[in-house]
This record gives sequence, structure tokens and C-alpha cells, in this order.
Amino acid sequence: MSATAQTIERISPETNLFESILELIRRTSTILPDDVVRAVTGARKNEVEGSNADVALNVIGCNIGLARDSSLPLCQDTGTILFYVHTPAGYDQLAFEEIATEAVRTATKKGYLRQNSVDSITGKNTGDNTGPGSPVFHFHQWREPNVEVKLMLKGGGCENMNAQYSLPHPDLGGRDLKGVENAILDCVLQAQGQGCGPGILGVCIGGDRGTGYGFAKEQLLRMLDDTNPDPVLAELESRVVEKANQSGIGPMGFGGKTTLLACKIGTLNRLPASFFVSIAYMCWAYRRRGAQLDASGNVTEWLY
Amino acid sequence: MALVKLTTPIDETTIRELQVGDSVAITGRLYTGRDAVHHRIHTGTKPPVDLKGQIIYHCGPVMVKEGDQWVCKAAGPTTSSREEPYQWEVMRDYGIRGVIGKGGMGEKTLAACKEYGAVYLHAIGGAAQVCAASIKRVDGVDWMDLGSPEAIWHLWVEEFMAIVTMDAHGQSLHKNVFEESKARLDAMKV
Repeated sequence: MSATAQTIERISPETNLFESILELIRRTSTILPDDVVRAVTGARKNEVEGSNADVALNVIGCNIGLARDSSLPLCQDTGTILFYVHTPAGYDQLAFEEIATEAVRTATKKGYLRQNSVDSITGKNTGDNTGPGSPVFHFHQWREPNVEVKLMLKGGGCENMNAQYSLPHPDLGGRDLKGVENAILDCVLQAQGQGCGPGILGVCIGGDRGTGYGFAKEQLLRMLDDTNPDPVLAELESRVVEKANQSGIGPMGFGGKTTLLACKIGTLNRLPASFFVSIAYMCWAYRRRGAQLDASGNVTEWLY
Repeated sequence: MALVKLTTPIDETTIRELQVGDSVAITGRLYTGRDAVHHRIHTGTKPPVDLKGQIIYHCGPVMVKEGDQWVCKAAGPTTSSREEPYQWEVMRDYGIRGVIGKGGMGEKTLAACKEYGAVYLHAIGGAAQVCAASIKRVDGVDWMDLGSPEAIWHLWVEEFMAIVTMDAHGQSLHKNVFEESKARLDAMKV
């Protein structure tokens, strides 16, 4: 056996990984992260007492508590199952994928996840959330000794509200920050309440159509209350939230002051010929959690 | 704006009295029906249940079988706009008095609400546990071949809360909010 093969074998994930991933899925589906809870419950003070917006935010608050206390899904649409995994070089990613997929099957049987994987032509539901494209794995290698896994469950209602703009655009403007700002706010206008607002936007300026959408979604892994290290983007993020909240769309599109909880923007380089603005709309039921794992798959730290 | 208690099946007079902004608390039978159900009805298959006076809930619940009994684990509304091509027909042909969903619906459905006497009821999207708490029993299921989220589940609910956002008088909260927000955002364009 070569030295490389021995290394791979030594740090292959073990059965502990199955339990860790199953627990990660349970937590993600049933317990909203603290930063999201703070933002969504804190927004209620901005709404007129007894208004439809106030009622909606109150129900959302009750729902967060009920799901947590009964260990049941926050939302019945447990969405696209997106794993973002960082592993040391030489780690057996194929084994990770097999074990995590098995954990997804078990989580579906237990009712943490809905049966959400449907053949696009026949309409047949596989019944266990597996099949081509499900679950989704994004693997990256890093030079740390441990494995980091983040999980996002993104419902179809908000996924359907994602939008991609190609600038220049006749109504929204040119290839500059003004055009970008107008495009993002057009997405908010078109989404209204259909993405289960108050929403959170992940945005990518640049990239190609595929990487742009992917990177936009990755922005949603940031903490809600962080500040973008790029001051130009930080300013754009707050301007978008401020304007969206003056639009009057409100929670669920009922009218009101809380339309967006946050906007997170990243950039990728683009081709000279292209200028895409890709927007991932996330619902208030913003399910993302994560864990640091040791080499045998035990959780050493929960994230978010 | 009033809180109105509704018991299914519902008569036309009661439905026509509702106004946009009213809250309703529904008790009785609800049938789930979403994309595949509407498409199947649209292509000529008769619904397996009598929908007269009933409410269709746009919902794909999480259901788990415990022994012989189906148990509802989560059941919030799904986006209704996908049923916009079909909903008016179901109102016309099968006499439903309302739909529950989220995000609102368009002109065809609004016109059908006025013509046939029906309303659009908005539940809180994502609030699957609050909704499930008012579902007391699962009484049956049809069209399971469509897959669990797309099947017609027969739910028994008590005081299921929703808000009237489209009424039988041609009023739509969604239309009003869209127009108002468009005007405001247009004025803030850079």
C-alpha cells in the first residue's frame, strides 16, 4: 500500500459521521439560527401593532418556538439540500458523500426532511430525497486538519424568486453600481411576498451564469449581522435593505416596513462581454447550520 | 376588518360577505391540492372528492405513517401563483369557495372569485408548525401516485387561521401592494 493510500484510509470518515450529519440535518430543519431569530423577531417593533405585518411576524415567532420545542420542521418545504464541505487534502470525499446521503435518507424517514426529489420528466418522487442532483455537495479542500460541513435547506418558494440580470438593461441601467442596485431592487419588487419575506438576499456581481448563481447562494453562509470588508459593497448592502424596507411590500407581501432582513453581496471577475447580477432570495425560514468535525466524524463545534 | 369563523362546507352568501383584510378561523375539512393535482384536473380527470363548498389548501405537507395512521408533521402553504392557469376552472367546475395559499394569485383567479363566489385566503408562509397545530386529524389521502407532497390529503382542522387577501368583490391586497411598491421603488431608482 502506498503512503498516500494509507493516509486516505487513516482519515476516512467513520460511522460517527453518519450520526453527526443526521443531527446536523435535524438541527438545520428544526432550529432557526440565533442571528436569524434575532433579526426576524426584532423586526416586529417596526410594524404597527395589530397590522397584518405584525400578525405575520408574531406567527413566525410562534412557529420558530414550536418547531424548536417539538423538533419538527420549521417549514414543510425542507428545500434543496445543500452541503458545503471543506476537507483536508487526502480526505475521502466519496465516502463522506455516501454517508451523508445515507443520513439524508434516514432524516427523510424520520420526518426531518420532506420527500423532495422528483424526476423532472416522469414526475416520480424517489421518496428518499436522493437522485440526480440531490443532495447537492460542494467540496473544497483546505489546509486545516479538520472537516467543516455547512448545510443549507433552501425552499422552493424562495428559490423560484431568484433572478439573474444581464447589464446593461433597458429599464435598470448600465454596468455600474447604479445598474446593480436597480437590478437587485427589481428582484425584490417582482418577488413581493412570494418568497416568504422578510427575505435575505445573497448577491453575486460578475461570474458566468452558473458560477454567479452558485456564488450568490454562498453569500447566504455569512452571518446576518456581519459587515462586508469591502466598504463599497457594505454601503450597497445597507442601501438595498433600506430602500427595500421603504417599498411597503412588508412581511408576506401584506404591506409594512420589513421587506428584507439583510443583503449580502460578493463579486467574481467577469468576461469583458458579460455583466451578470445574480440574486439568491432566501425566505425568513433561513435554515443554515454547520459543524466542525474531527477526522473520525465527531462534532467538535457547532456553527451558527 | 373582522375575525370570521368559517365551517366547511361554506355557502356562497357567507363567502361573498368577506372583505380583504378580514381574518378567518376555519373548522372542518380541508383538501390539499397543489401543482400536480391542478394539472391533472385541468387535463380532464375528475377530482376523487366532492369539492362543492370546500376549500383547497395549496400545501405539500410532511406526512409520516405511524402504525396505520398518517400523521402530519409540518403543513404550511406553498406559493399559489403556480396554480393561476388552472384555479379559475376549478372554481367554475367544482364549486370550491376558497383556496388557502401564499403569495396571492392573479387576474384570472380574482375574476373567478367575483363570478363564482370564492376568496383567496393567505396563511403565513413558512409557518408549518403553527398551521400543523390546527390540523387535528388526517382522514384520508387520494392520488398518492403523485407523490406525498402532491397528493390530495383530507385534513380535519380546527380554527385554522388565514387572512382574506382577495375577495369576491374584485379586491386584491396583492394588486394594491404591487402597485404601491412599484411606484415607491421607481421613485427611488438611481
